[in-house]
Amino acid sequence: MNFFLEPLTLLTFFPLLGVLALLFLKPEWRSAHRWTALVTSLITFGLSLWVLDQFNAASGDLQLISRRPWISVAGWDIQYYLAVDGLSILLVLLTTFLMPLSILSTWTAVEERVKDFMIFFLLLEVGMTGVFLAQDLFLFYIFWEFTLIPMYFLIGIWGGARRIYAAVKFFLYTMAGSVLMLLAILWLGVYQGTFSLPGLIDRGGIPGDIQMWLFLAFAAAFAIKVPMWPLHSWLPDAHVEAPTSGSVILAGVLLKMGAYGFLRFNLPLFPEASVRAAPWVAALAVVGILYGAIVSFAQKDVKKLVAYSSVSHLGFVMLGLFALNPQGIQGGILQMVNHGISTGALFLLVGMIYERRHTRDLEAFGGLWKVMPLYGTLTLIVALSSMGLPGLNGFVGEFTILLGAFGSQAIGSYWFAGLAAVGVILAAVYMLTMFQKMFLGPVDKDENKKLLDLNWREILILVPLLVFIFWIGLYPKPFFDLMAPAVEKLLVGF
Amino acid sequence: MLFSEAMSTGFFNLAPLVVLFPGIGLLFNMVFGGRLPEKVVGWVASLAVGAAFVISILLAVSLSAIHGHAEIVSVTEWMSIGSLHLDWAFRVDTLSVAMMLMVSGVGTLIHIYAIGYMHEDVRFKGDPTRFQRFFVFMNLFIAMMMILVSGDNYLMLFVGWEGVGLCSFLLIGFWYDLDILGRPSLENAKAANKAFIANRIGDFGFLIASFLIFTYLGSLQFDLVFAEVEHVAQPVILTITLFMLLGVVGKSAQIPLFVWLPDAMAGPTPVSALIHAATMVTAGVYLVARSAPLYGTVPAAQEIVALIGAVTALFAATIAVAQYDIKRVLAYSTISQLGFMVAAVGMGAYAAGMFHLVMHAFFKALLFLSAGSVILGIERGYHAMSHGKKGHGFHHTDDEVFNPNDMRNMGGLKDRMPVTFWVYLAGTLALAGIPPFAGFWSKDEILLDASLHYPVVYWLLTAAAFMTAFYMGRQVWLVFFGKSRHEAAEKAEESPRIITAPLVILAGLSVLGGVLNLPHFHTLGHWLEYTLGELRISEFSWLMAGQATLIALFAIFLAWLLYGRREQAANEPDALKKLLGPAFVVFEHMYWIDEGYAAVFINRYKDLARFLAEVIDGRFWHDWLHDSVLAAGFGKLARFLADPVDLGLIDGIANGLADLTQWVASRLRRFQNGFVRSYALSVLLGVVLILGYLLFR
Repeated sequence: MNFFLEPLTLLTFFPLLGVLALLFLKPEWRSAHRWTALVTSLITFGLSLWVLDQFNAASGDLQLISRRPWISVAGWDIQYYLAVDGLSILLVLLTTFLMPLSILSTWTAVEERVKDFMIFFLLLEVGMTGVFLAQDLFLFYIFWEFTLIPMYFLIGIWGGARRIYAAVKFFLYTMAGSVLMLLAILWLGVYQGTFSLPGLIDRGGIPGDIQMWLFLAFAAAFAIKVPMWPLHSWLPDAHVEAPTSGSVILAGVLLKMGAYGFLRFNLPLFPEASVRAAPWVAALAVVGILYGAIVSFAQKDVKKLVAYSSVSHLGFVMLGLFALNPQGIQGGILQMVNHGISTGALFLLVGMIYERRHTRDLEAFGGLWKVMPLYGTLTLIVALSSMGLPGLNGFVGEFTILLGAFGSQAIGSYWFAGLAAVGVILAAVYMLTMFQKMFLGPVDKDENKKLLDLNWREILILVPLLVFIFWIGLYPKPFFDLMAPAVEKLLVGF
Repeated sequence: MLFSEAMSTGFFNLAPLVVLFPGIGLLFNMVFGGRLPEKVVGWVASLAVGAAFVISILLAVSLSAIHGHAEIVSVTEWMSIGSLHLDWAFRVDTLSVAMMLMVSGVGTLIHIYAIGYMHEDVRFKGDPTRFQRFFVFMNLFIAMMMILVSGDNYLMLFVGWEGVGLCSFLLIGFWYDLDILGRPSLENAKAANKAFIANRIGDFGFLIASFLIFTYLGSLQFDLVFAEVEHVAQPVILTITLFMLLGVVGKSAQIPLFVWLPDAMAGPTPVSALIHAATMVTAGVYLVARSAPLYGTVPAAQEIVALIGAVTALFAATIAVAQYDIKRVLAYSTISQLGFMVAAVGMGAYAAGMFHLVMHAFFKALLFLSAGSVILGIERGYHAMSHGKKGHGFHHTDDEVFNPNDMRNMGGLKDRMPVTFWVYLAGTLALAGIPPFAGFWSKDEILLDASLHYPVVYWLLTAAAFMTAFYMGRQVWLVFFGKSRHEAAEKAEESPRIITAPLVILAGLSVLGGVLNLPHFHTLGHWLEYTLGELRISEFSWLMAGQATLIALFAIFLAWLLYGRREQAANEPDALKKLLGPAFVVFEHMYWIDEGYAAVFINRYKDLARFLAEVIDGRFWHDWLHDSVLAAGFGKLARFLADPVDLGLIDGIANGLADLTQWVASRLRRFQNGFVRSYALSVLLGVVLILGYLLFR
């Protein structure tokens, strides 16, 4: 088959066609840039559905492989190797699904240098899709680092007042972690003779102590990305300064790359180290869950509140993954998707009110439900989904994670899940407080009295997210079915 | 389906409709409600719940045709991971059907009443557009409650469990921009949050209990769980039941999580009736009854449950005697009566507990709704009054806000609102436990069981029963007898028929409801035995019944001595206050529990959050560690390398290199023109080169 027409290659690099088209458009044709980017991202989403259509959910193996030898200097075996399985298919879909919605959200929010913005945005999509599909460690590393560049510019050019500080911090933090991962990748490539992930897993046999060092080196990169407590300091800065669409992608997809990294590399490559590390990871996850939730409660900036809530939610994901049992891991993967949808939606909603009021200070609002009834109702649904109301998506993820963690042998104590469950109470506290301050009470500020409710474009952005909030909440079976065999296969190693 | 065919196979497949009908009602009203007249919206919602009631009857009929065997109606698989298998499945057995009948039956009456009540309420409060919203939330409430009682596993029960918590949030905060007196404020919204969060604390207990159940009993599906109970060690079951108890005290407003319920009357009165009587708060009692096989194996847990219920019953009753707000008295009464039910199911007297639950649903719904009718009557009087004054050229300048709920503003309503008076009286006698009203029979069964098995519980409950009769007597005299203490009460008017009709039906049920489970027949008890196994049913005792009746009559007599014999004047302190002094003040302020919780928990949590956010995360982590240590440290290192090391040592070498670099840079500068598109272009070129290499190598 022609290389470029192999499904995963086409999917990954298709946005480059949009970039190419954009390069030929004059800088002042802003509408054309928006439409080009939107159509490109929609076609990419279509391509991901085509991939889903060819995906065999009954198999836990890597599928739709697109593979070529690439660099073989000095005995190094570096391949161009893309493939998808149950661990990644949902995250790929999440990425391509969030892209068009994010682009739509910039329609009126981004007015300057639209062309450059869209180019970076589409490049970011290439990087993210590549991260989830790459099965060669070297290729993975290239995609991983590549995502930094467009995001750096998105924050640094289109961000808020302290954007340069935030962008540099984001870049340096992530970079610092990645360096250790690069060393570990090189060690594996040199001493195990291949950079191919399936090859490395088959070969196995890394001695326990070295496993631990390698585990930690990979973990450094991934834990910063997640971010796990206490490495989260870059996240609130990045979120607060990033433009809405950037925050959506940052929270929706980029953070998942960290958790996905643990799942894809740390668990199968270093099983013994993973088991040994499980209680420690779980402890950090639980601290993150509680810490993020408590700190959220004290925030005055809505966006910062949502950012800290991500620390809490990603703690749940990590707790689930390191439960090392089917409920925990499947719940963890689903919760990655859920967090992408719910937190993505929250950032979009915050962006919508920011466009109207040019502030995100909680104290500046009050009584908005009366002025913007639809906006209020949709925010409430998303907030409820985020705090894990049964019947909505967040609950299914949190419940299965906690259930898995509770009975997990690797974690080894009920305390972790028990304390994590306290996070469920705290989530209600900060989410309801946010809702109360923004939407309830009388409309006592003049600036808020004449706000317009959501327009059609904004409704169009939110409806797809709401569909999934209910779908996953009421009938998560299709989503679990997609990942079940791959998770089962992964757990054979434990 | 043909009727005859259905009779032979049963109507069980219709079970999902008990949730679906209210669901359809709410969707219909959500989509079209804005464009339809109020009457249509209200009746659609009421009919949706009424239809669920009809289905519940059909289910009961089918169930009795097959002698009460549980039927499971599975709709679809919900989730299945490893050994976890959960379905969306409905459980039709005598316990769930009893709850369904009660929820949808009383719910329908409350809906019909609300058509009339909300018509006036939205106008008094000045926002008629919320009429539609009200009925959407009400239907959602019923749907969630139906899921709660009909689910076949703990997790589906939990969906309804948290769902009603959400609905209480929505409905308590229905007037989210006002306070309870209709002034602009955040107060009602705060009450809504309080309810949700207090419930969530309970839900935490429920969650942990379900994790334990799954881990040790291997499933969350009721039958499978109960089949495993005997193979599991007692301490485990004890832990499970105690965590579950935390859920129960949250949802059924027992000590220590009862604080949300009194504030819950911030919602419109039909909501109070729905939350306090038919739904929501009964869920905790239902959960204990549903989990009878678990509680039955651990006597220690049973004792704790029974004690918590009994103490709550007395504690809340003492507060109720010292309240002035007509609904607040009823709210504390609800907590107290729930204490009776919790104590009953805790003692293992499931039949008595469930019996009281149903009877209470009748008479407490009646009392709340009639209290609503009283409040509307007073509000009408108030409006007539202020209108009249304006008409006579009076300048209306009273700054104090009129509180239509305050019993000190009432008095003498017996003649102006006769229907409301008579139905209220029926509710009062039922609650006070005067034979032959409904509450007498059910309360008597609980007391009887307690006297035989748990003497402490018996004494606590008897004291609570005494207080109950007293505060209801006080209320009736303050509201309906004597002279009006406010002009608004003088001008009060009776409510329209759409409001009084449901009251009359509920009054009938409060008078006659006892037939459901009369001594010797124990209809309800035997009906529940199909599900709960053989129940302990104590035989009627004339001594106990007579004693209880005398105590209640004596309490009413005392109330008459204090409030009836001599009329309260408008600004006179409460008669009981004169008698009890400081104790009354303690009761009046609810033992300062709210203030205590705020000082001990809520403010401490706020402090903790602020400390973590500002000091730890902000100043330490962000400013000091990152900015001062890491970033600044790197800067220092760089300067060290730049100045002494670089200038002194490497400069010589570097100068040469620098010239070279400058030359290269001047070449490169044309690429580095600061235009992002050029950077992007080079990135693209890079990607194209890589791909090209791949393709053509």
